Formats: sequence, structure tokens, C-alpha cells
Amino acid sequence: MRSDRGQRAPLGLKVAAACGLLFLHLPILLIFVYAFTTEEKSFVWPPPGLTTQWFAVTWNRPDVWDALSLSVRVAAISTAIALVLGTLCAAAVSQTRFFGREAISLLVILPIALPGIITGIALRSAFSLADIPFSFWTIVLGHATFCVVVVYNNAVARFRRTSGSMIEASMDLGADGFQTFRHVVLPNIATALLAGGMLAFALSFDEVIVTTFTAGQQQTVPIWMLEELIRPRQRPVTNVVAMVVVLVTLLPILFAYYLTRDGDQIAGSGK
Amino acid sequence: MTSAVSFKQVSRHFGSVRAVDAVDLEIAPGEFFAMLGPSGSGKTTCLRLIAGFEQPTAGSISIFGERAEGVPPYRRNVNTVFQDYALFPHLNVLENVAYGLMVKGVGKAERLKAAEEALSLVRLPGYGARRPGQLSGGQRQRVALARALVNQPKVLLLDEPLGALDLKLRENMQEELKSLQKVLGITFVFVTHDQGEALSMADRVAVFNDGRIMQVGTPEDIYQRPNTRFVADFVGSSNVLPPDFVQRYSGQHRWGSLRPESIRVSNATSGDGVAARLVGTNYLGATTRLALDAEGLRLHAVVPAGTALPAEGEAVMLTFNRESLHLMDEPA
Amino acid sequence: MIIAAVQSHPTPAILPGSGGMRGALSDLFWRRPKFLLTLMLAPPLLWLGIVYIGSLFALLLQSFFSIDEFSGLINREFTLKTYGDLLQAANLDIILRTVTMAALVTLASAIIAFPIAYYAARYARGRWKALFYLGVMLPLWSSYLVKIYAWKLILAKEGILTWLLAKLNLLWLLDTWLSLPIVGGNSLSVSFTGTFIVFVYVWLPFMILPVQAALERVPGNLVEASSDLGASPGQTFRNVLFPLALPGIVAGSIFTFSLTLGDYIIPQIIGTSRLFIGQAVYSQQGTAGNIPLAAAFTVVPIVIMGFYLWGAKRMGAFDAL
Repeated sequence: MRSDRGQRAPLGLKVAAACGLLFLHLPILLIFVYAFTTEEKSFVWPPPGLTTQWFAVTWNRPDVWDALSLSVRVAAISTAIALVLGTLCAAAVSQTRFFGREAISLLVILPIALPGIITGIALRSAFSLADIPFSFWTIVLGHATFCVVVVYNNAVARFRRTSGSMIEASMDLGADGFQTFRHVVLPNIATALLAGGMLAFALSFDEVIVTTFTAGQQQTVPIWMLEELIRPRQRPVTNVVAMVVVLVTLLPILFAYYLTRDGDQIAGSGK
Repeated sequence: MTSAVSFKQVSRHFGSVRAVDAVDLEIAPGEFFAMLGPSGSGKTTCLRLIAGFEQPTAGSISIFGERAEGVPPYRRNVNTVFQDYALFPHLNVLENVAYGLMVKGVGKAERLKAAEEALSLVRLPGYGARRPGQLSGGQRQRVALARALVNQPKVLLLDEPLGALDLKLRENMQEELKSLQKVLGITFVFVTHDQGEALSMADRVAVFNDGRIMQVGTPEDIYQRPNTRFVADFVGSSNVLPPDFVQRYSGQHRWGSLRPESIRVSNATSGDGVAARLVGTNYLGATTRLALDAEGLRLHAVVPAGTALPAEGEAVMLTFNRESLHLMDEPA
Repeated sequence: MIIAAVQSHPTPAILPGSGGMRGALSDLFWRRPKFLLTLMLAPPLLWLGIVYIGSLFALLLQSFFSIDEFSGLINREFTLKTYGDLLQAANLDIILRTVTMAALVTLASAIIAFPIAYYAARYARGRWKALFYLGVMLPLWSSYLVKIYAWKLILAKEGILTWLLAKLNLLWLLDTWLSLPIVGGNSLSVSFTGTFIVFVYVWLPFMILPVQAALERVPGNLVEASSDLGASPGQTFRNVLFPLALPGIVAGSIFTFSLTLGDYIIPQIIGTSRLFIGQAVYSQQGTAGNIPLAAAFTVVPIVIMGFYLWGAKRMGAFDAL
């Protein structure tokens, strides 16, 4: 909606918008305070005292490190797979017109459009029908599937912005298909891919619903946290891990925003 | 002598759309050739057929005697200046110009030197370090030109290259392109929908309509002796005269064309000539364009500015030299 | 150099192929663009087709199997018995509860989202616009579990909300609310009210973005024209803004509705012991080991969403995505 500059918003609207944004942000900020509380047994507010000792305690917890290592490995591999599949699909859909491209877009978006529990139970049933035991790769299988859409959305938006005549210009100047890809296509979509990759990593790192169905006994960071939420063992450690998770996911998001800020937006509906 | 570009019964159909339909065309080496026509007339598709971006559905194309069908664009020694210039935004100006040499494997020092020379040729020396985004439209156009010329193409294709420029810049560029073409001796094929541009720059012009070539000839041919109503009307908005009218003055029952500037308008109420009424006047600066009604036939005349004009609605007498009335080939 | 080269030694008009594998492949791709397209599409389509569609098919297949009540083993024979089980009163209760919650969450999200989206679309400019955008994107992408955890901290009996209400001398309000049937409970973190708040919180950004996108497309002078024609702000909202924002709201509601239908973690951590569809699926496949019934249960949100999407498409919501 465009209107003249300098127009003032009604006070009521300002207050409502501000309250809405505060509602979105205050709970997350609260996590940062709780990470420093001296209270061990309850969620009492205000914190009786502040300490940094729980960071050291968390640092020395092998289960936290194991979960973190698994999460990072899963996210890295899933992101790599999603990058390849998402880019190929985006290139095919945006560079050529062919029958059924709508259907392909829908297919890519479906894993994220349907509730996660459906994707989860579907994979679980497939593993059970095919007698596939749970492993690192069953987690990756699920994660890569819903990460494709994030890369795809970013790549499609960039392809749409990239002038089609640039590829023709490259070929016209004597570059064959491979040279054109290497010297023209790749440099132009690189930042979009990087952004898509960041978001895919964040998405995978944070995913819990599908993972509960595909992980078996393995613990990723979100599964570890879920356990702690259902059966708390040491609350302060959970507080610290929660804060670290917020930071680990926010940085890639900010970076992705920075990479794509002029022109295409990081597709919000991609999550 | 082999033609620079030769089309033999070339068609390019997209489904039921006949973008180019059975076109025969010969472009001579070293010629400045213009393809003129309204949008959708097939001129750009013809250009893309020469460049290799499109393949003919039927017919054969050869470039300097060599068969071109099935040859990808990157193996044709033909370069294009695109309508939107299509400069690579991630490369600077010098790298853009050196791109063609780079992909051919020319060493870095040599290709940058050649690129610098090409930039001087289009009068942009020292602009190499800039990004395409930092250039004006006219400068981008010159970079696109340098990027194509540095490869020493046998044929240079220009797709409405001046379309995005403002009037003054366009006139400068027209002259520059023309002199550049003379100096380099490269065959230029130029697509435009602007008849003035085509007439002023080209050695020969092909007028396109509905995927077919209506007429090929020198600008004078096209302008003075259009062979169809379409050409007469599209190139310089000639007065198209119906066969009955023409018969009265030439004795032949054929369509005719009469350029607006060939018509003389006088206040006389009797004598030889065509009786008409002045319907409107349109001041154009150097000339004035008059709308006339001759017994239901709408005619236009262009007279030099400063000519004494009758008032609108007055009866006038129109005269013209018999040889100005051009009889067209199109059947009545 | 250019001038000299063109005139002195003539070059061929058609260059020979570069030879080798690369040249041959490149020419092949150029000559057969469909082949290249197939090559590009094959990996993603095979992956999604086999892993995802294959799994969905497996899920559907499972829902037509049944569980042997004595051995607890899955009987792989076609039957509609599992769907019969689904229609038990207890299960219908779960479905009704979930759909009601999803509808309420959607409604509340729309109400909270509108002012934010409206302000961002109409008044925010330049740096503020970016700030608003990030202000919605960051919570959207923040860890889902951490967001739930934060609310566990807030809603806990000893937590910040109780503390705040006590400071404001409003504890009686909370106590009265908690003493109500259905929405009340021991504390907010074990009540439907708590579940509702967290659902709204977690899915709110999914509503803001499409509504904002829809409002961005409304010319600002429409609002001015309306007030110029004598409409009160209320009338302008009802007759101009709301109808124009509606496709965006419907698009956002696809997310809030669908995500609420399928979620099993929020009601498990913050809520009562009464189940939602997601929890039922989870417990059937997990502790009960009844994958067929779990599969049949997931068909419910799929069918509901199918109808929902069909209705949304008719309202033109997909253009606002």
C-alpha cells in the first residue's frame, strides 16, 4: 500500500502494532535472562540471582555435545542435498516452459504445506513397510525433503530477477552451456543459494516434529530439548541450550536477509 | 559472391503461430541491412534465427556460405547487441567486453588489451573498472556494442539497440553506428520498428509484416515506390489511394500511393486538381500536416511551415505531379 | 586491431566444435533442451516422488491395514476396520476439539496480525520497513521449541505472568479465569487457555506476512477516497480495507489452521491431558504401536485441509501467497 510520505498513523494503530511486535519478541528475550538465573528447581521470576556457572556446566555435558554434533551433521548433509535438488528444480522450472511446472511447484511445497506430523508419520510408515532401521540417514531423508523448498523458493526468486537474455548473451559470445553456467549463471545465483542454504540449515537444525518420527533413539538438539521439556532433569542447562539455539538459528537468518535484502525477500512462506 | 546471410524458404512456427513464414532473404557482405516492421511481424525472430537462438522449422540458413541450421549460437561467428543490452551485472565493464575472448581461451593480458581497445572504439576509454549498473543507458549501449565487436564477428546483429535511448542520444548513436559500420566493414543487421531509423541508416531495408517480407529495397525504393498498401502506410504514412481514384489520374485501375509532401494545397476553387476540404491542421515545427477530405477520401498533406493556409473547413484544391503518384503491385 | 583483423585475415563464419566430451555434451544439451530439462528434473522429482509421495502412499496404505488386538502385530490385509475405529466417540471428540482450537487460533491470529501488517504496509518506510520485516521474520524463524519453552517459563505458576499480575493487583482476574470450566485449570500452563496463547504466538508470523503482502497491493489513496466520500474509519475498514485484505487473511489462515491441526508438541507441553489430533497420532504410533489407526488419524487433517484449500482457492487466496 502506497501513500504520501509524512502521513501519521493513528495512535491506536501504532499502539496495537507495537504491542503485537512486543508480543512476538519479549518471550524470546526472556530466554536470555533465564540462562543466567541461579534458581535450579523452578521457573521463578524474578530470578533470585544471576550467574554464569550454567554455561560451564552445559559445556561439560557430553549429551549436549552429542546432540549438537548430530544436529550439525544432519543439517549440513540435508542442506547440501537440498541445495542440489532445489537448484536443479528451480532452474528447470524457471528457464523453460513445459507442461506440468505448476504440479512440480506444488510437489516441492507440499512437504512444508502439509502439517509436519503427516510428513513424519508418512516417512515412519514407509520405513516400517520397507523394514528400514532408524539411522543417521533416515533423519537426513526427512530433513532434506522439506529443506528443498527453502532453497527452491530463493533460487526461483533470483532466477526470475535474472534477465533471460544474459544466458543468450553468454552463448552469443561463444560460451558453451558449461561455460555459461560457470561464468554467468552461478555467479548470479550464488548469494541466493547461500541464503537458501543458510535458511535450510536453520530449518533442519530446529526441526523436531518430523525428526521424532525418523530418529529412533538418536537425539538431535531439538529432540534433546523436547525430552527436557517433558521430563526435566537440569533446568538451568536447558535454559543455556535454549539461548544457544536462539543464537545459532538467528545468525544464519540475519545473514540470509543481508544477502537477499535488495530485491527478493527470504520467502517467509517457505518455512 | 556469397551472401553474408542467406535465407531459403525459412519458416519458424510456434505451434499454430507463424512467426516467420517462408522467408527468402539475401544480405550482402559489408551491408548495413535493416529489418523494419511492427511488433510481432517476425523481424526479431529472423534476427534470432541468424544468431542461433531459434531454429527454423523449415528452410535453410547459411552464413557466408556455411550451413547454420543445427549450429549452436556459441559456434557462430555472429554477435548480437541485445535490446536490453544484457550486460553481466557481476562483471565490470572491461570483463564484460573481454568475456567472449575469455571463453575462447585468449590469455588475460591480451584479452584485456583488446577489450580496452574496443572500449576506445566506442568512445568509452577508461570506463573499464565501472560496473554496468553505474553507467547511463547510452553508455551501456556502447559497452554492449564493444562487447560484440571485440570478437570480430562476421555479422553483427542489433536488436532495437536504440529503442531505450532518448531522442537526442538516439540521433547521435545513429550517426556513430553508421560510421563505425563503414570503418569496420562488418555486415550489420539491424532490427527496428522505427521507419525513420531504418531509412536513415540502412543500405537496404526489408519491411516485415505477419512473418513475411513485404518488400526489400534501398530506403529510396521503399519510400518512393512501396509495392503494397502495407508498406506505403507503414513507411512514412503515405496516402493510400483506391484503384478508382487512381484510374482517374493515371488511367490504370490499381492501388496507388502519394506521399503527403507531394501534395500541393491551393485556395483555388476551380481548375485542375482534386476538390477537397481542409479538416484539420497539425503544427509540427518545420512542417505543417494537413488533414483533408476529398469526397470522403481522407488524405494528408505536409507543407513547409510558413505557407499561407486556408482556414479549417474551407474548400481547397489539391494538385500533384503525375510522377509522384506511385502505382503499387498489389492487385486491385 | 579490430579494424585490421577484420580486413586482413578472414575468419570462418561457423566455428568448429571445441571437441572432446564437454563440447559434445554441450552441443547435445543445446540441440535437445528437453533432454537437459529431464536431466535437471530427474533428481528432485525422483527424490520427492519416491521419498515423499511414496511415503504418503505408504501412509495411506497403512490406514487400510488393521492391528491384531491380541498380538499387537499389524495385519497387512485390506480392511476398513481402522476407519471404523476412528469414528468412535472419543476420537470424534479429539477431532472436534482440534478443529475448534484451530479455528479460534486462526481468528485470534488474524486480529493481532492486522494492525502490525497494516502499519508495516501503509506507514513504515525505509529503515522502519526493514525493521518491521525482520521483526516478523526473526520470530518466525526462531527455534520452535525455544518459543514453546519461553512460554512454559512465562505461564508457570511461579513465572513472570503471575508475578506481573500480582504487582498490578490483578491476581483475582487470573484466578477467576482459571476457575472457569473448559478454559480454566490448575495454572495457565496446564489449561486450554495456555495452549491457545502458545498456538497464537507460534503461528502469528505466518498470518502477518500474507496479510501484509495483500495490503501492500492496496493503493493508499483508496483509503483516502473512502474517507473523502464521508465514510467513518469504521466504515472504511469494513467496506474497503477488510475485503481487500481478506485474501491475505485467508492465505495466512491456511498456515495457522493447518499447523494447529497437525501440532502435537504444544498441547503436550502446555495444556491439559485431553488429546489433540497430533497427540493422538503420536501416541497411536508410539506407545500404542497402532500405526494403522495413527495413519487413519492423519487422513483427517489431510481431508480437512483439502476442503480448506479448495475454499481458499475459490476466494483467490493463492494470489496473496
